Amino acid sequence: MPAPIRLRELIRTIRTARTQAEEREMIQKECAAIRSSFREEDNTYRCRNVAKLLYMHMLGYPAHFGQLECLKLIASQKFTDKRIGYLGAMLLLDERQDVHLLMTNCIKNDLNHSTQYVQGLALCTLGCMGSSEMCRDLAGEVEKLLKTSNSYLRKKAALCAVHVIRKVPELMEMFLPATKNLLNEKNHGVLHTSVVLLTEMCERSPDMLAHFRKLVPQLVRILKNLIMSGYSPEHDVSGISDPFLQVRILRLLRILGRNDDDSSEAMNDILAQVATNTETSKNVGNAILYETVLTIMDIKSESGLRVLAINILGRFLLNNDKNIRYVALTSLLKTVQTDHNAVQRHRSTIVDCLKDLDVSIKRRAMELSFALVNGNNVRGMMKELLYFLDSCEPEFKADCASGIFLAAEKYAPSKRWHIDTIMRVLTTAGSYVRDDAVPNLIQLITNSVEMHAYTVQRLYKAILGDYSQQPLVQVASWCIGEYGDLLVSGQCEEEEPIQATEDEVLDILESVLISNMSASVTRGYALTAIMKLSTRFTCTVNRIKKVVSIYGSSIDVELQQRAVEYNALFKKYDHMRPALLERMPVMEKVTTNGPTEIVQTNGETEPAVLETKPPPSGLQPASQANDLLDLLGGSDITPVIPTAPTSKPASAGGELLDLLGDLNLTGSPVSAPVPQIAQPPFLLDGLSSQPLFNDIAAGIPSITAYNKNGLKIDFTFERSNTNPSVTVITIQASNSTELDMTDFVFQAAVPKTFQLQLLSPSSSVIPAFNSGTITQVIKVLNPQKQQLRMRIKLTYNHKGSAMQDLAEVNNFPPQSWQ
Amino acid sequence: MIKFFLMVNKQGQTRLSRYYEHVEINKRTMLEAEVIKKCLSRSKDQCSFIEYKDFKLVYRQYAALFVVVGINETENEMAVYELIHNFVEVLDKYFSRVVSEILTLIRNISYFSKLSYVSHLRE
Repeated sequence: MPAPIRLRELIRTIRTARTQAEEREMIQKECAAIRSSFREEDNTYRCRNVAKLLYMHMLGYPAHFGQLECLKLIASQKFTDKRIGYLGAMLLLDERQDVHLLMTNCIKNDLNHSTQYVQGLALCTLGCMGSSEMCRDLAGEVEKLLKTSNSYLRKKAALCAVHVIRKVPELMEMFLPATKNLLNEKNHGVLHTSVVLLTEMCERSPDMLAHFRKLVPQLVRILKNLIMSGYSPEHDVSGISDPFLQVRILRLLRILGRNDDDSSEAMNDILAQVATNTETSKNVGNAILYETVLTIMDIKSESGLRVLAINILGRFLLNNDKNIRYVALTSLLKTVQTDHNAVQRHRSTIVDCLKDLDVSIKRRAMELSFALVNGNNVRGMMKELLYFLDSCEPEFKADCASGIFLAAEKYAPSKRWHIDTIMRVLTTAGSYVRDDAVPNLIQLITNSVEMHAYTVQRLYKAILGDYSQQPLVQVASWCIGEYGDLLVSGQCEEEEPIQATEDEVLDILESVLISNMSASVTRGYALTAIMKLSTRFTCTVNRIKKVVSIYGSSIDVELQQRAVEYNALFKKYDHMRPALLERMPVMEKVTTNGPTEIVQTNGETEPAVLETKPPPSGLQPASQANDLLDLLGGSDITPVIPTAPTSKPASAGGELLDLLGDLNLTGSPVSAPVPQIAQPPFLLDGLSSQPLFNDIAAGIPSITAYNKNGLKIDFTFERSNTNPSVTVITIQASNSTELDMTDFVFQAAVPKTFQLQLLSPSSSVIPAFNSGTITQVIKVLNPQKQQLRMRIKLTYNHKGSAMQDLAEVNNFPPQSWQ
Repeated sequence: MIKFFLMVNKQGQTRLSRYYEHVEINKRTMLEAEVIKKCLSRSKDQCSFIEYKDFKLVYRQYAALFVVVGINETENEMAVYELIHNFVEVLDKYFSRVVSEILTLIRNISYFSKLSYVSHLRE
């Protein structure tokens, strides 16, 4: 068998391969040769073969058949064999292979070898891949070598000890006595590895940490020597003496000084010295400064020192070298929480970094900018951030958009600015915003009542040109649906009103529906918006009817369901349409977005996709009662904000079913307020003043509950035969004076045995001269059939003054509660 | 902590690799390919630290050779950057003209791995 080729020949051959396939072929051939050579138990060339095998392993080819050969090499007496053998063990073996345990004895012998190089090899290997069993067995040997005077061995033993401690933390105490003299060495190698060992021990055990705190003065002294001593050719790197050791010591000082005043105080001087004396012209110096800054920020340093640190970082930011700027931004991000004001001083530089070409720097600058936004600088910062959003890479856009939303929510100086900002984000990065941005924005818009006209105008203009960005289109459709009347009437104080006719608005919504770019959700929004416009618009109702009926046969199930329901609204329940589709009331702000909202399944909370805000807090049920009427519980004054959800059915067809689904949970089909009609059970109880029940108990007389100062309130009653404990009262408030009553609010309270639910009023203004009325529906649950009594509270503005009155209503006819 | 130390040429061929954590052999080639792709796409005036998955890459280019070190967040990036340079300087002194004589480098792979152990020291 000819002598196997040498490694360098192999490398040369492989490098001549022009394709991956050729290379693979060569390697396979060589592997076959090596395998046969191993089978022949050839001692002379084993080491050469294993070396070649290691090279092939490094290129990515399997080499497991060489493992045993490595062991044989380790057992050999020749140093060259041992060297390759240990190298192979480090690369090929680890604790996952069972074979590795066979090495233990070899290593043990070699640790006691006469030649230091062999001992070094053994230490290297153990420190690289020793498993916990091996470490346990050999820890004693390592510890012995840690105490030897040979610095070559000592430094390797220290590193090996680090590995042992990582694998078997219980053995830490064993190494403790050996560490006593470690720092007294002159040899930098030993010093360096000892510091590593100490760092590892301190990080793992708080007891050790406390124990080693007394070493701080010694460490400080070593560091001082390093800085002060002149040029030392052995350890010089670009003019600085052993920067690696300096960085290590600084790191250890950081760990020791954390949360400890005394140690921190002992370090203050040296840190200041390092910070001021280190040369910053070279990268090395900057590396040391960086570590110093990190240490200063982490320990309990005095404020002067912290300011010094932040100034150093500020100087870094102005440096031309990208690496340094990156490092500065990273550390500023870490410190911005604690030293906010100091970091603010560098805000302009940070904002400039947003325009940098480098991706890593841009990301850091963006995160830092968000951390720096506060009430004072929000306008300026937002301008920069929006500009950044325009021009940044797509991977940033989602994070940037979320950050802008958060910051805008916290610090918006005015509602208009807030809405403008969000709109700007939607138009520039619309497809990258998170899903919950849409409901958030919708809620924000509903809450800023005075901005409705302005908002709907801007949104309309925005989607006129381009309706591909889904979140924008969703919000715009919702707003147009809600405030379409404001749009066509052209009133807007803030901007020039645009002339939009009803047809143009419907055109846009229809194109959204038809467009291929629209997601299914968006189409749902558009269809609902069109439906809502049927009550807001006057001339185009027929067109709307047509559109709605077309989608009654749409393939998309969600759309089809909605269209069918809306169709039915047109055909059979046209009288209810205005009430169902009337304007949404102001939603209460809920700060958390998440599962908590959806869990409140009192039936009215909708699926997350569409408007998600649950009924306002006053209506939170403590129990997840399925009975609709259980919402308010107790005889407290019911809040005026009516059950928002009940007017929501207009906006989400699917949600109507949800409501009913909930009612059906009690098991009884179509219970309480739902009328006994043979229709799909989506129509709900009393939303309008029309009689709802087909089987109304024969006319209960209506009463006048209140009549004072020109304000008259009439109650009319309805009851269902199917659920006799429910009484639906419709109140009508009229005003016989010459002036309107505005901001009219009706509140009612009932005794404990009853339960009350107030639905939304038709408006809050009672026009004068009895020219109009406010209607509102109250549902009363009276399970114990007790006499109905009610206390009412009325507040309104009349003749420029606020009026308020309390009254009790006792004259309920017996048919209303018996 | 240093996770790995790579020397890869511009064509993506690994000249040296040393992993300080266990990584499957097929994953290694994938990792190396991805890493070199990221480094190659950087221009000269961009910073040498890349965030990759959950750790950082520190790379330095010497003619046709890239030295890439993967570190986690406890490590001082600039010190590692200096370390790479130190390493290459040592190789240069030991083998002379290291950049062009990559062959020499690899020929002495055993010495090389010893020097890799030096890097291990720097953990």
